Amino acid sequence: MKIAVLVKQVPDTATRIALAADGASIQTSGIKWVLNPYDEFAIEEALKLRDAHTGEVVLVSFGPDRVEETIRQGLAMGADRAIWVKEEPSGSAEMDYLGRAQVLVAALAQEAEWDLVLVGKQAVDDDAAQTGPLVAALLNWPQAMVVLGLEVDARARRLKVIRELEGATERVELPMPAVLGAQRGLNVPRYPTLPNIMKAKRKEVRQVALADLGLDAASLADDRRVVVEGYQLPPPRPEPKVLTGDPAEAAAELVQLLHREAQIL
Amino acid sequence: MSIDWTEDQLQMRESARALSARFDGPYWRRCDQEGRFPQEFWDACAEAGFLGVMIPEQYGGSGLGLTEACLILQEIAASQAGMDGSSAVHLSVFGMNPVVKHGTEEQKQKYLSRSADGQLHVSFAVTEPEAGTDTPRIKTYAERTAGGYRISGRKVFITKAQEAERILLLARTLPYDQVEKKTMGMSLFLVPTDRGHIEMRDIPRMGRNAVDTNELFIDGLEVSAEDLVGEEHRGFYHLLDGLNPERILIAGEALGIGLGAVERAAQYARDRVVFGRPIGANQGIQMPLADVYAELKAAELLVYHAAWLYDHGQSCGAEANMAKLRASEAGWRAVDIAFQTFGGYGYAREYDIERFYRQIRMTRIAPISNEMVKNFIGEHVLGLPKSY
Repeated sequence: MKIAVLVKQVPDTATRIALAADGASIQTSGIKWVLNPYDEFAIEEALKLRDAHTGEVVLVSFGPDRVEETIRQGLAMGADRAIWVKEEPSGSAEMDYLGRAQVLVAALAQEAEWDLVLVGKQAVDDDAAQTGPLVAALLNWPQAMVVLGLEVDARARRLKVIRELEGATERVELPMPAVLGAQRGLNVPRYPTLPNIMKAKRKEVRQVALADLGLDAASLADDRRVVVEGYQLPPPRPEPKVLTGDPAEAAAELVQLLHREAQIL
Repeated sequence: MSIDWTEDQLQMRESARALSARFDGPYWRRCDQEGRFPQEFWDACAEAGFLGVMIPEQYGGSGLGLTEACLILQEIAASQAGMDGSSAVHLSVFGMNPVVKHGTEEQKQKYLSRSADGQLHVSFAVTEPEAGTDTPRIKTYAERTAGGYRISGRKVFITKAQEAERILLLARTLPYDQVEKKTMGMSLFLVPTDRGHIEMRDIPRMGRNAVDTNELFIDGLEVSAEDLVGEEHRGFYHLLDGLNPERILIAGEALGIGLGAVERAAQYARDRVVFGRPIGANQGIQMPLADVYAELKAAELLVYHAAWLYDHGQSCGAEANMAKLRASEAGWRAVDIAFQTFGGYGYAREYDIERFYRQIRMTRIAPISNEMVKNFIGEHVLGLPKSY
């Protein structure tokens, strides 16, 4: 099986985010960058399939210089090689989800015979959950997102997928090739072993420029349908109300507050 | 001078951190309280390739240096594992060093890859009741037989002997009073843990109970000539190669425990509110934490400088000793300050700090007491008269 895993570099969830001066982006200095955690589930699933059915796992990523580190991390988990579409600092408007999905699809189109494209069901930076569905739409392939379980019938080229719904699961069947979005719980991602960390250095990371794909950042940005107008940090938590004094009176007051203010009684 | 971690080293550290994070406080408390070997953790370390970090690639390891081994052990020690975890793997990480350096091709084939993949547990037996730091006075004797040797004697503070399939053991092959140079006439053997001839008693002790530490009574243990490691009578010198790395690794572990404790204490000091504000707002809490953190970071430079020297084939005796001295003292103080930060909760097992407190004490006396370390510095670095 030839499997592509689309990976994204995101700020570590423990990072304290500060807004940039324009209010529509974040300050990127001092951020610790990591592989999107949902992408780790996608890589793990791809590795398991490769080990069971033979074939190869190719990481595909679109991003600036710093992304190479994240790609190496995925290679250290055991992926075979990577395609890195290099994002140059533009200075102009940002492209939207669709523009970025077009880049990834153009990168995939450089090679033939993909059996499966795996993605994290969403990235933990903007939580947009757009990449998987958009890539599937552009490829005109079937898709299943929020995947909790996967069975592959390689001979019949059919997939049996368990998807997570709110409080339930859904079983669907779809043909290959398809795009699948990995959910937490699909598997337990392996950590890079020492031998794999050392092998990762020697694995191929093919750099591709947007121009090589017949694309350019400015027109992709011009065509955008979604514009980020601004970000707002969550409001600081209000001071808690502390009831003091006689326990009986405090309890009575608490009941009143739960009834009138919290309206849960 | 700069310590510039390579991408690989950073990733190994991250990997060690991620692996260790899967084993939580309750897991390690159970291991400590039940005296249970952390088999699941061991298996995970084997799978991640940590056990074979220093074993050459052609024998199934990663052929990396002491620096990488130290980074890994430091991260393990900094996690909830502390020394319950680092001690479990410590001997595999560096114990086979004499075999790597002095073993025969046959021994390497037979033992190294099994050690790297976690199948072979090894232990290390040097210390005796009547010979601690004064190693040449060991009494355990290996007498020549037709096919090899017969060994009898007593060993003490032998860690992980209960798990071990083989023990790297130092015995006299010439009596103390028959050799002119007292460090001669000792030999190193990789002996089978034959329970018929080795009786083991786990020594009840203060802490780090996940890994056993034993007294061994060896009576007529038959050992084949193929189990001799390196040259006969020169075992002490083969052992010496391992002493500096051991000190550096213990220093790294002490560092890990200290840094882990400070991190947890700082978190607690930010969260715990007394008199309407976080206790970390009090200088009495904040400054000792800042102080020990700076001490640990100073020790860290010494530790990795010593490891760098070792990895580059330079003499590192003084640096290894100073690293172990500073890291164990800083680690010890850090855990104590962290304990104080936790107040009464530090005394409760649930907060784990008392477990680290019991563990870290050991790094000031093992594998050698800090007083003997100072003797070494006084005598060999400063050129002062021998004081013992």
